[in-house]
Amino acid sequence: MKTTGKLRRYIYVLTLFFITLSGFGQMPIFKRYYIADIPGLGWLAQFYVTHIIHYAAASVLIALVLYILFDFIFNGSGLNRITGSGYLKIVILAGLIVSGGLMVFKNLPGVYYGHTTIIVLDLVHLSLCMMLLCVSLYTLIWEKKWVN
Amino acid sequence: MTSKLSRRAFLKGSLTAAGSVAATTSIARAATSMAHTKKEPLVTLLDISKCIGCEECVYACQEVNANKYPEPQKPFPKMVPDRVPVQDWSDKRDVTDRLTPYNWLFIQHASATVNGEEIELTIPRRCMHCDNPPCVKLCPWGSAKQEENGLSRIDPDICLGGSKCKKVCPWDIPERQTGVGLYLDILPAFAGNGVMYKCDRCYNRLEKGEVPACIEACPEDVQTIGPKSEILEKAHALAKEMNGYIYGEHENGGTNTIYVSPVPFEQLNQSIEKGKGKPHLNTVKNMMADGTNLAMLIAPLAGVVAAFGKFYLSSKEDK
Ligand code: SF4
Ligand code: SF4
Ligand code: SF4
Repeated sequence: MKTTGKLRRYIYVLTLFFITLSGFGQMPIFKRYYIADIPGLGWLAQFYVTHIIHYAAASVLIALVLYILFDFIFNGSGLNRITGSGYLKIVILAGLIVSGGLMVFKNLPGVYYGHTTIIVLDLVHLSLCMMLLCVSLYTLIWEKKWVN
Repeated sequence: MTSKLSRRAFLKGSLTAAGSVAATTSIARAATSMAHTKKEPLVTLLDISKCIGCEECVYACQEVNANKYPEPQKPFPKMVPDRVPVQDWSDKRDVTDRLTPYNWLFIQHASATVNGEEIELTIPRRCMHCDNPPCVKLCPWGSAKQEENGLSRIDPDICLGGSKCKKVCPWDIPERQTGVGLYLDILPAFAGNGVMYKCDRCYNRLEKGEVPACIEACPEDVQTIGPKSEILEKAHALAKEMNGYIYGEHENGGTNTIYVSPVPFEQLNQSIEKGKGKPHLNTVKNMMADGTNLAMLIAPLAGVVAAFGKFYLSSKEDK
């Protein structure tokens, strides 16, 4: 039981790291600000590479989130065990998955979104990401857990 | 003799039938069929064998789109860091031998040998208007959009000039002009660098039921525009008649620009001058289809199955 918990956490942190980095890599900033010049980080300026990594990391994150959600449901563990910060992170993650999902749909052939829809989705996705980073930092520093 | 005349004489001799196929498609017919086909994307067919390289299309494009061209503010705001390139075409507006923010269409030259005779070909080049355009789909800021009639365009009021569209475009089509656009109102020193420009397939003319300017201006009827299925059928018939080749049908998963040439495109690609503002004619794989879409589809299912599997195993252990 303990090891699965550790493994989950390990996958979650690693996924969050790569998804955030590749997510910021969707904007043309890493090259401009020399970050992609750091040996080993050149891939951050290759848009198709960051695109694939973002999708791959998102797939892992979605699988993990649904695994935990259904594990919760199957085990019948009480929702009241989830902490306040846990709830907040769940809501943000759900928002990220929904806005991201809509963008994945947009990227399919034959799907036409207007400028406003795309801009709103981009801003919502970016804001939620920043919020998740802030809340995660807070829970890390103050050692807040997802569940009691 | 390698001259326009000999090339034309050769083509006129061997391609009369092919020419008559395309000739049946008048501009009027294209306009009517466009009005009837809201659903199917519009595609342009370019019969390279007919192009004489007169550049009428290039000048027509410049004329009708002049009001869309950038009028940058100078001096440009200083950009940080220094390596950020200033790209200024505002004093070189008359350049027509490549793509620039002020020239969205140019004529590429190629020579080739057909049946032992050397011929010269001229190829009008511009944005291909991809079926699934990476420039639109991967813009991180929503500046570009694709319309249901298949064209893609960049909104100059929204674009920040980061040039990602150019980097992800398989033909490096969009061109940047520094000193214009939204970035000037945000943090001009630290983010953005102008606006990206490219052929918008005369979207405003299409909206009025008119054909794009380059199509209308061509004295040789090189281009035809119409619904995708109709144009593809026509392109294949034309290619068959001239024993020729097609480009753009499968490139990047399909585009709304179909070239038909009497010479293989590999041969043309070797001959044309390529480089900045001068796109290649290589084969291009579908850039937006990389297998991660499938992973995305399987992911939720995998999560649920794993949770169920765990539950099933533990309930079995409990018994
Ligand atoms: S106007 Fe027609 S013939 Fe002249 S260069 Fe353009 S496409 Fe070719
Ligand atoms: S050719 Fe390039 S600029 Fe044109 S639609 Fe395709 S990706 Fe966009
Ligand atoms: S379709 Fe319009 S914008 Fe595009 S090259 Fe032709 S004239 Fe220029």
